Amino acid sequence: MHLALFVIFGLFCLGGALNLLLQRHPINSALSLIVVMSSLAVLYLLLGAEFLALAQIIVYSGAIMVLFVFVIMLLNAGEEEKTHGSRAAYLAGIPGVLALFCVLASTYVTLRTSFGQARLGNFIVTTEELSRVLFRNLLLPFEVTSILILVAILGAVVLARKEQ
Amino acid sequence: MNILIFVLLSLLKVAVVTVIFLTAVAYTVLLERKLVGRIQNRWGPSRVGPFGLMQPLADGLKLFLKEDLMPDAVARPLFILAPIIALSCALISIGVIPFGENIRWHGVDMFQIADVNIGLLVILGVTSVGVYGIALSGWSSNNKYSLLGSLRSTAQMVSYELALGLSVIGVVLRTGSLRLRDIVNVQNTHGILSWNIFGGLQLIAFFIYLMAAFAETNRTPFDLPEAESELTAGYHTEYSSMKFAMFFMAEYANMINVGCVATLLFLGGWSSPFGNLFPAFGGAVVQALLPVFWFVAKVFCFLFLYVWVRGTLPRFRYDQLMGFGWKFLLPIAIANVMVSSLVLAFHG
Repeated sequence: MHLALFVIFGLFCLGGALNLLLQRHPINSALSLIVVMSSLAVLYLLLGAEFLALAQIIVYSGAIMVLFVFVIMLLNAGEEEKTHGSRAAYLAGIPGVLALFCVLASTYVTLRTSFGQARLGNFIVTTEELSRVLFRNLLLPFEVTSILILVAILGAVVLARKEQ
Repeated sequence: MNILIFVLLSLLKVAVVTVIFLTAVAYTVLLERKLVGRIQNRWGPSRVGPFGLMQPLADGLKLFLKEDLMPDAVARPLFILAPIIALSCALISIGVIPFGENIRWHGVDMFQIADVNIGLLVILGVTSVGVYGIALSGWSSNNKYSLLGSLRSTAQMVSYELALGLSVIGVVLRTGSLRLRDIVNVQNTHGILSWNIFGGLQLIAFFIYLMAAFAETNRTPFDLPEAESELTAGYHTEYSSMKFAMFFMAEYANMINVGCVATLLFLGGWSSPFGNLFPAFGGAVVQALLPVFWFVAKVFCFLFLYVWVRGTLPRFRYDQLMGFGWKFLLPIAIANVMVSSLVLAFHG
């Protein structure tokens, strides 16, 4: 059951990602990205991370992608057109992606034993356990990330400020 | 055999809840028309059936029989998908809402479809995905009024979602759980005194939630996405027949959802306002149904408030709307989270 769900939503995820690249219209690409994000959330749920799954839906599918769609609608972006650059992207991109895939696959095969294993199943990591890890063991990275986001917000404010 | 009973009972539960929910949606429309009518010193619908009680049926039939127009130059798949997203997201939330005590029959919870550990987050997540229905409808309609309506709606919902999410944190802190049944169980010890709005000291959070929820459901005074004096009908200008009806149902279903969540989080859910003041009366059936009565009564009061506000307040201007959300509600919500957590840390 869990394996079947994992395979189905893994395929959804890959299909969405491919569709994202193949679609010509930005809004269709954005919608495929939403599919990718949501199927990732289901994969998290299968791994027992319920809070993470819902956070993924709320933050990525619900907030960040809404802003993407908003910007696409606001700019009224049309279909992409083929240029010389896109030809070059095909020529360099497809072999590049294949090479990257081979490197990743061979790394995975050689290092497979040292990765440890993740289980699919009926267990749940509660929000309490997650926050204990996050606010005790990983407190420093957590705070550093929040400062990083604060810097990004300040940067956005500076960029959006009207000239005096 | 056991699993068969479980599946059958669960399917039955889903069917019953869905039918009741959809009926409630239809009658919320009637409630609104009646109440707004009385507020404006007229009768409201009164011709179909006694007191106009059959009006929702007539409305539904009319919408069903109207021609389903498909304008030229719409983005066809998205144009059809948009109302489906809007309605299905509005209907999913009811699946995690508990509306009575945890009474089991053949091992199946009678008064809740699915008891999820993170029920509150599921509701927030489904609501946040529901924005796409409105956003895509405006974009795919190929109409500038629709597009403006959905742009406004998207910006409004993203802005007010922050205040909404922060306003419920105080409640979650008091409970220490995101499960909706736990949230209600904390509140049902001393009747009205232990509800989160009074005993949990979440009065300010309740008002933040109230205002953010009005904005999330696109209701007056935040109904800019369909401001008829400027945008004809906003995002659903180009929709007709059942596709329009789906947006309409989604709006009222969302109102009921918001009412249910407010009841669960702040008004003690299904618990009686008198606590254990009166001795238990009636048989087991009465005792099982009494909580459901309290729950429905509270949700009804909330819907009444919704309509009352609609009949009373004028619409915000767009810059006022954004200023109110970002400069007023959000700072207050953050302050409320800090004060609540400090109080809980030193007294809880």
